[in-house]
Amino acid sequence: MDRSTQDYLFEYCLRLGDDLLVVGHRLSEWCGHAPILEEDIALANIALDCIGQGSFVLDLAAALKGATTADRLVYFREAIDYRNCLLVEQPNGDFASTLVRQFFFGLYHHLLTDRLRSSTYLPLAGIAQKAFKETEYHVRHSSQWMLRLGDGTEESHSRSQRAVNDLWQFTGELFETDEIDSALAGAGITQRSESLRNEWMQRTTDLLSNATLTVPADSFMQSGGRRGKHTEHLGHMLAEMQIVARSFPEATW
Amino acid sequence: MVESTGETLQKAREAVARVTDPEIPDVSIVDLGIVRSIAEQEGTVVITITPTYSGCPAMHVIEMEIGSALRAAGIGLFRIEKVLSPAWTTAWITESGKRGLSRAGIAPPASSPRNVPVAVELEKTHIPCPVCQSTETALVSQFGPTACKALYRCTDCLSTFEYFKPI
Repeated sequence: MDRSTQDYLFEYCLRLGDDLLVVGHRLSEWCGHAPILEEDIALANIALDCIGQGSFVLDLAAALKGATTADRLVYFREAIDYRNCLLVEQPNGDFASTLVRQFFFGLYHHLLTDRLRSSTYLPLAGIAQKAFKETEYHVRHSSQWMLRLGDGTEESHSRSQRAVNDLWQFTGELFETDEIDSALAGAGITQRSESLRNEWMQRTTDLLSNATLTVPADSFMQSGGRRGKHTEHLGHMLAEMQIVARSFPEATW
Repeated sequence: MVESTGETLQKAREAVARVTDPEIPDVSIVDLGIVRSIAEQEGTVVITITPTYSGCPAMHVIEMEIGSALRAAGIGLFRIEKVLSPAWTTAWITESGKRGLSRAGIAPPASSPRNVPVAVELEKTHIPCPVCQSTETALVSQFGPTACKALYRCTDCLSTFEYFKPI
């Protein structure tokens, strides 16, 4: 692998790994707070899957860079060095908001891992083959909740629609293609992000319609996470996530 | 010497087979398909294991228990390697593993996994209840006490039970 491909791949692994770490951390914030016990457990389990997958990807990133570890990447980078999409860092809000975020991201991640299973970079393909099967259950879970909440009571419907309206602006970023994923797609390592858009949009539109929810007409899309330009929420989340490791940097337990 | 290597490996296989999943005390990690191979490399016993799910928190405990089991069997030179690929599947759970799950009150995976299209409708399933065998059961949650299990309720005997979901 030449030097520039390796640099691109490192950057790509940060995007993928940071998405999973951040969404996993957000989901873990529900632990002990979910509306029913079964959901508390379900969200914690999905969080574990995401953090587990994320740690495999960040291990890869660390190995590509050399002289660092996944833990160092996670606990000692500033928000500006994180490469996750803006969608996953959005606060949990109410239960509907978390489930809408999870559906939007989960379906994207499911379609992405499906493609990455045949990556020519075998360590990434191995992670994707495993993650793909897990994300099937994630998408089933969030799809079912979208149907229950969207087509549920007046209250659950209006909260779900509000969440869809609020979060829609963060979905465009998932399918942005730049020189990094173009170059890696050229090498057969990944696919251009924009190639997932049509399938994601079709399935999302179908699901929202089954859930009696409306796709927002406003098509303005936020962007910046992949370049380290985050919403203010990520910094607060990282402060909480990193405080122990930064206060006791050499600690082991 | 070939024979003594064979004996060591046999001892290692027996020791590792006695290690059970910390969440499912009745079932060996070999029967669950977590142990991928036991081999010998230049005098060291190499145990290769794979996680069931990416975030399985039991992996550390399983590694520690493999270590204790090997040391207890008098094997000091060993190494535990973790692999991700090929990805773990419930199709690797042996028949004796499935019987062990049933004994523990956990419904074993119904069939080998296939590429199930992701459902957009509420699912109807007929996983048999491990208590009364009725197939009138309903999904309570796709995610049970651990990532590898779903939670079901039997509408006949009203038991809540875990289902080891196919993946």
